[in-house]
Amino acid sequence: MSALEPVIGVEIHVQLRTRTKMFCGCELSFGDPPNTHTCPVCLAHPGVLPVTNREAVRLALEIGLALGCEIAPRSIFHRKNYFYPDLPKAYQISQYDVPLCGRGRFTAVAEDGREIPVGITRVHLEEDAAKLMHLGGSGRRAGAERSAVDFNRGGTPLVEIVTEPDLTSAADVAVFLRQLRQTLLFLGVSDCNMEEGSMRADANVSVRPAGSTALGTKTELKNMNSFRFLERGITAEVERQRATIAAGGRVVQETVHFEPETGEIHPLRSKEEAHDYRYLPEPDLVPVAPDPAWVDGLRAGLPELPQALRARWVGEMGLSHEDADVLTESPELAAYFAAVAAEADPKAAANWVRGELRAQLRERGEEPWQGNVTPARLAALLGLLADGTLSVPGAKEALAEVIATGEEPAAVVARRGLGQISDEGELTALVDRLLAEHAAQADQLRSGKDKVLGFFVGQAMKATQGRADPGAVSRLVRERALGG
Amino acid sequence: MVGLSAEAQIAALRAGEVSSADLVEEQLARAADDPWGSFLRLDADGARARARAIDAAPERPPLAGIPIAVKDVLSTRDIETTCGSRILEGFRPVYTATSVARLEAAGAVVIGKTNMDEFAMGSSTENSAYQLTRNPWDADRVPGGSSGGSAACVAARQAPWSLGSDTGGSIRQPAALCGIVGMKPTYGAVSRYGLIAFASSLDQIGPFARTVRDAALLLSHLVGRDPLDSTSLEWPEPVRVPTAERLDGLRVGLVQELMGEGTEPGVREAVERAMGVVEDLGGTVVPISLPSSEQGLATYYVIAPAECSANLARFDGIRYGARVAAETLLEHYEGTRGALFGPEVKRRIMLGTFALASGYYDQYYGRAQRVRTLIVRDFREAFAQVDLVASPTSPTVAFRLGERTDDPYQMYLADICTIPVSLAGLPALSIPCGLADGLPVGLQLAGPAFSENRLLDAAHALEQAIGFDTLPPGVEG
Amino acid sequence: MIDEETVRHVARLARLRLTPDEQVTMQRELSGILTHVDVIQGLDLDGVAPTTHVIALENVLRDDVPRPSLPPAEALREAPEVIEQAFGVPRMG
Ligand SMILES: [Mg+2]
Ligand SMILES: [Zn+2]
Repeated sequence: MSALEPVIGVEIHVQLRTRTKMFCGCELSFGDPPNTHTCPVCLAHPGVLPVTNREAVRLALEIGLALGCEIAPRSIFHRKNYFYPDLPKAYQISQYDVPLCGRGRFTAVAEDGREIPVGITRVHLEEDAAKLMHLGGSGRRAGAERSAVDFNRGGTPLVEIVTEPDLTSAADVAVFLRQLRQTLLFLGVSDCNMEEGSMRADANVSVRPAGSTALGTKTELKNMNSFRFLERGITAEVERQRATIAAGGRVVQETVHFEPETGEIHPLRSKEEAHDYRYLPEPDLVPVAPDPAWVDGLRAGLPELPQALRARWVGEMGLSHEDADVLTESPELAAYFAAVAAEADPKAAANWVRGELRAQLRERGEEPWQGNVTPARLAALLGLLADGTLSVPGAKEALAEVIATGEEPAAVVARRGLGQISDEGELTALVDRLLAEHAAQADQLRSGKDKVLGFFVGQAMKATQGRADPGAVSRLVRERALGG
Repeated sequence: MVGLSAEAQIAALRAGEVSSADLVEEQLARAADDPWGSFLRLDADGARARARAIDAAPERPPLAGIPIAVKDVLSTRDIETTCGSRILEGFRPVYTATSVARLEAAGAVVIGKTNMDEFAMGSSTENSAYQLTRNPWDADRVPGGSSGGSAACVAARQAPWSLGSDTGGSIRQPAALCGIVGMKPTYGAVSRYGLIAFASSLDQIGPFARTVRDAALLLSHLVGRDPLDSTSLEWPEPVRVPTAERLDGLRVGLVQELMGEGTEPGVREAVERAMGVVEDLGGTVVPISLPSSEQGLATYYVIAPAECSANLARFDGIRYGARVAAETLLEHYEGTRGALFGPEVKRRIMLGTFALASGYYDQYYGRAQRVRTLIVRDFREAFAQVDLVASPTSPTVAFRLGERTDDPYQMYLADICTIPVSLAGLPALSIPCGLADGLPVGLQLAGPAFSENRLLDAAHALEQAIGFDTLPPGVEG
Repeated sequence: MIDEETVRHVARLARLRLTPDEQVTMQRELSGILTHVDVIQGLDLDGVAPTTHVIALENVLRDDVPRPSLPPAEALREAPEVIEQAFGVPRMG
């Protein structure tokens, strides 16, 4: 039997960053006491009617445009019927056969520069369900004595992004989702906070013989709240399906759940024994027919998106794909980096922003764009490093000072005397002293043990608190010891 | 005062002949003495308080101090609203329907909530979970439905006018059976916010009154766009209180399909006499055909139940309303809904769920939506030839209590004349046009969308010429 | 015609418990109604678009401006069961 390859499509739900809910004027909230953001509409009281939030439509259009979708000239809402306590009307207002946006494409780029093109089937608008709290027992649904519903979240505007089954590995899914998230963050349409549930992903997973174009039976991996779990879950589910088929079994179409603690896959009992959503056109809402001028304006107003930034940075600045990927993690970080790179060597800027700067700031719980290290200061520091004024250790120390005080790097260097010692006379005197103090090591050096060179450089750094120019020290030790 | 039209009550109030407090007290006394079973509950204290406040206020809004009754399908803040169902027993809404709020803003005083078929599903008001309503013309007969209480209370002088809702005929048919005027406006004319939904693409709120002028006056305060109802319309011109006496040049099409075998001879004769009056007043009557209206009933009994199956899914005993105790969630849902919905509601939920279910959708709901297109088209073609179409409102006069409760389809036939207009979303009204066997016969007039003024003009001229006495025998004037 | 199994399935979808008597009556009555409804099966509907709305409205959109929410006490006052300021639901698992 030929190898079985995974075929994966994903469905992503993203809470939109509006002020109010999708169909009523209740303010969005997170973490407030239960049922403090509800009204007759989002509690589905008898006789109420939904009214669509224009801002939610705008944000959904921006997402569609950013993903290269066609915008439907006229889209409608449907009712998706099922009973569940978190769904007060017992139907979700969603879009069905005529979504707002369709047929797009998003190309993710792996760390090695490999392109991962993913077809976007649709981007549609809908409303979020409420939050269930389980009381007694384990605090989960199963075993809880009773449950209770908090409708604060109910009716939050959601966009559902559905992809074609174009992904072929769990790792690619992770790259795709991370970069899609970056795009959404750049658009400013959502917080995309997976822990808080403002971005959620489901994966449809199947396997098929390599080279085949037919699709196998798929299972749906539900509600993963981190990319890491999703990646692990998909891997586990692919393995499970391969094992099932290898054992002569068949994959059943069902919803499955990944248990991160045990790494196991379990079938999830479905919301309704028989899934039959009985979609019907929502008579309480009229069609959304976005004015082409509005759509054109939104398209023109889109920010430069991370895909484009990454391509530009790799092409123009010679950054690695990995650097580019990390630096477009958030729009703030990308803007910060771009500002530094405009005034300093881009590769050095990438190294320092990704590495030392973030490492030092992490202890303080700060982000690069928040603290004292303005892009101009970091660029100035990198300049001092490039022209030899600072050694790498000196630069790190200077950076720590800038972070703490907000002083200009040049001022820090002067005040703290952090400048690199490159003065030939000063260094020669130092080297001579070290050779005399460590006669045994000097002899070893003369007898050809090159390794000892490092010892003297280390001593020189120690003696100067890291300010000695290591290259010059190394050269002078040879010259003075070997007389060459 | 209770025998007066709303218009006459307004005049008396303005002339200082009566105070709102006295007027409301008189109507409350009538409404409290309720052998017809019109009211599910009165809000006597609330009505008295509002009447006193209006008497004391310097401003006199247009309907200041005039009593009105409201069908229990409309949400009224803090006043129990059951929709005729056990599942909403004791339910006190936290908000008031836009239509009711508009009337209250215009000074009207709600005196109580009227009986109805449960969730507005029925044509006789016998599907109320609480009580029967009797026809003031004959206590052994039905008032029609589903707005039977709103029709009966106006006929019985318990209120000068009232609000009802019409999905397939629920204002027009009881108006016809109770010998009063009832109007269903163009779909979208009146905000549905606060109207407990039965079939959202069909439901409309409208007035019951004893005169066409009163119906027009009430409607004039109801129409217009409501930001809380996406399907409500900006109204093109004010609704006028009609004064027309002639029908010169008016072309009226008499719907042939509704004047045949299925319609009682007495009803046909009364409608034909009314057509004679149209000609006497200078109008012309031409026979007209609405071929697809033959499929109207079938189409309606797919679309309305389908929408109702979704609309009534929210009644789950979690956020409001009654519940039946249960151990598990599934038992809770099935037990609560199974026990607290009445038979007709369950029938329609079942029918609608079936029509939308996988494997049946295309054959039922999908087809019905397309037949609806044909019905819309029929009317468009008719209105290329005539200004208004006329037909009986109901194929029969008021039938006996219990006569049709055993066969749901027999009951459904009661709306055969009104349903096609509903599917097309058009305005229509029913006026009494005579008696058959001592019981009122309703004439239905329907027009193109937004033709309310033309309809009211025609109805008023006919009403004046016909001179029907709306006072049922045995009811005190 | 609608068979017993279909009635049971539809009742489950609609979350309606039917007593054995109701189940029998329902099957009979729905079958009767459907024989009348089936007149729509014979029509030629080729090229006929469905009507979902009878009014020609589009783009009725609301500004993203908050309106006051209900005080929680009011939101919860009609609930048959309240647990810790939330709507109580029987055992789900
Ligand atoms: Mg969804
Ligand atoms: Zn709300």
